[in-house]
Amino acid sequence: MVVMGRTLVRIANGQGFWGDSVDAPVALVERGGIDYLTLDYLAEVTMSIMQRQKRKDPRAGYATDFVELARRILAPCKRKGIRLIANAGGVNPGACLERLVEVAREAGVQPLRIAIVEGDDILQRLDDLMAKGAPLESMETGRPLSDVRAHVLSANVYISTFAIAEALDTGADVVVTGRCTDPGLTLAPMIHEFGWKHDDWNRLAAGTIAGHIIECGAQCAGGNYTRWWEVPGLDRIGYPVVEADADGGFVVTKQPGTGGLVNVASVSEQILYEMGDPARYVSPDVVIDFRTIRVVQEGTDRVRVRGIEGQPATETYKVSISHLAGWKASGQVTISGPSAVEKARHCAALVWSRLAEAGVMPEETSTELLGLDSCHGPMARAASQPAEVVLRLGAKDRERAKLERFGKEIAPLVTAGTPGVTGFAGGRPKPQEIVAYWPALVPKRLIETRVRVEDV
Amino acid sequence: MARIRLHEIAFARSGDKGNSSNVGLLVLTDEMYEWLRREVTAERVKTHFGSVVRGPVERFELPNLRALNFILHDSLGGGGSESLKNDAQGKTHGQGLLLMELDIPDGLLARYPARTAGPGGQPLDPRPVSS
Repeated sequence: MVVMGRTLVRIANGQGFWGDSVDAPVALVERGGIDYLTLDYLAEVTMSIMQRQKRKDPRAGYATDFVELARRILAPCKRKGIRLIANAGGVNPGACLERLVEVAREAGVQPLRIAIVEGDDILQRLDDLMAKGAPLESMETGRPLSDVRAHVLSANVYISTFAIAEALDTGADVVVTGRCTDPGLTLAPMIHEFGWKHDDWNRLAAGTIAGHIIECGAQCAGGNYTRWWEVPGLDRIGYPVVEADADGGFVVTKQPGTGGLVNVASVSEQILYEMGDPARYVSPDVVIDFRTIRVVQEGTDRVRVRGIEGQPATETYKVSISHLAGWKASGQVTISGPSAVEKARHCAALVWSRLAEAGVMPEETSTELLGLDSCHGPMARAASQPAEVVLRLGAKDRERAKLERFGKEIAPLVTAGTPGVTGFAGGRPKPQEIVAYWPALVPKRLIETRVRVEDV
Repeated sequence: MARIRLHEIAFARSGDKGNSSNVGLLVLTDEMYEWLRREVTAERVKTHFGSVVRGPVERFELPNLRALNFILHDSLGGGGSESLKNDAQGKTHGQGLLLMELDIPDGLLARYPARTAGPGGQPLDPRPVSS
């Protein structure tokens, strides 16, 4: 069922990552005037954390925050006709669906249709896919996946956005996916509402750019804005809304009465965010030339983005694979008083030389002086000596035991180092497992997605 | 000629791409973009970042957005979860680029409608440029 006839569709983003504001999506629903609310929960590392949770508990492995949010907004969304699209399914969309059904029943939000999209999780299919001739080599190093196969934690395909649109076609009030592209959450309702085809390259490109602009929530609406002092009401910043038409035209805006700002600079900054070669931005649905984009202020907090050109999609999907790659730990102390910088450097040398003498020097170490030059290196050019700096020490090794030992070497600086050492809080740094990221490509013909619908 | 820092005229945002970071740098008029394109070369950016960037610096031009995109290769100590850096995602690299000092012709600077004095200065006109 494709609902045709709407000339303008209004799509908001209320969550740029798992850990973003818990109240922003609620505020978007309360103010209303939107047709779709999109929510992004999945960073690359999130998938591996979820895969581990699922291994311990077959009912875990999805974004639990989304279920808590659903408890707050399902009823008003249903009343106002706002449909939800979230990639909250993680590595277990089925379990997420079951919890949502329970929450909807408990909250008495009925009837409600929930759809999930499955098929992105290829962890169990890896050997089969490699046997079928997909080497899944790293896009960064060119190494074949067989090099790290034994340490793989998760493997998920960035699926076609048409699979999400198909879920919307069922009339679902809520659509939950696993791994999909972040812009796809915004493009999907346009495909669904306007009946865009697989080769509507310019329209698909425009919808993808709209999604790219709002996928990080407040970052296009005055958050992380270069001239932060010019942003009004940053404490009650409005999350972004896209008003899209059937031809691929769209305006970026925000709800009236909210803080923040939407202008040429705020939108352009976000277009450039995490960009590689602008001539070839590859999504599962289309290839986009960012050099064609034009950004124009149309009114207060209204920016029109136009001119976007797309080219045919590629024959492959991107796969996000994660694997274990050793251990790391980091800890810090504050060092104050005269010659704080020299003392901090001396303290760092003490730690490394003590570990070397004990025969437990980690394979890789780092020494950073926070407050001096940890971010900007030679660009910092401190005019005067700071009265205090934070010494941050990090270490990396294949052996966990070496990092346990490293963690025990920081506290002694308070009594066996220089004067002015304090701020050793939170106990000894604990070793963390390193989860490395392995981007790869897989032929599209080897991947199939499915939509499952549940009526409450 | 006047000596300025880029933050007086430009906007920047940075993020990560594996073990590399990207910095988008933009200004608000075509005339200023032409100057930016001439002055802020990949070589100059590489020198400016010094030990922060271990690999080469690549530059891409986006005249429609009046923007330059820089890829700072091998600048994140392995990137993501593999990095020991405080700023493992290059979130601060945009701010670092805005610290760059350059000489700019007085006339060009005077004609630019979007110069800022920093916090406490006059806010940007919401419609400083036409399409």
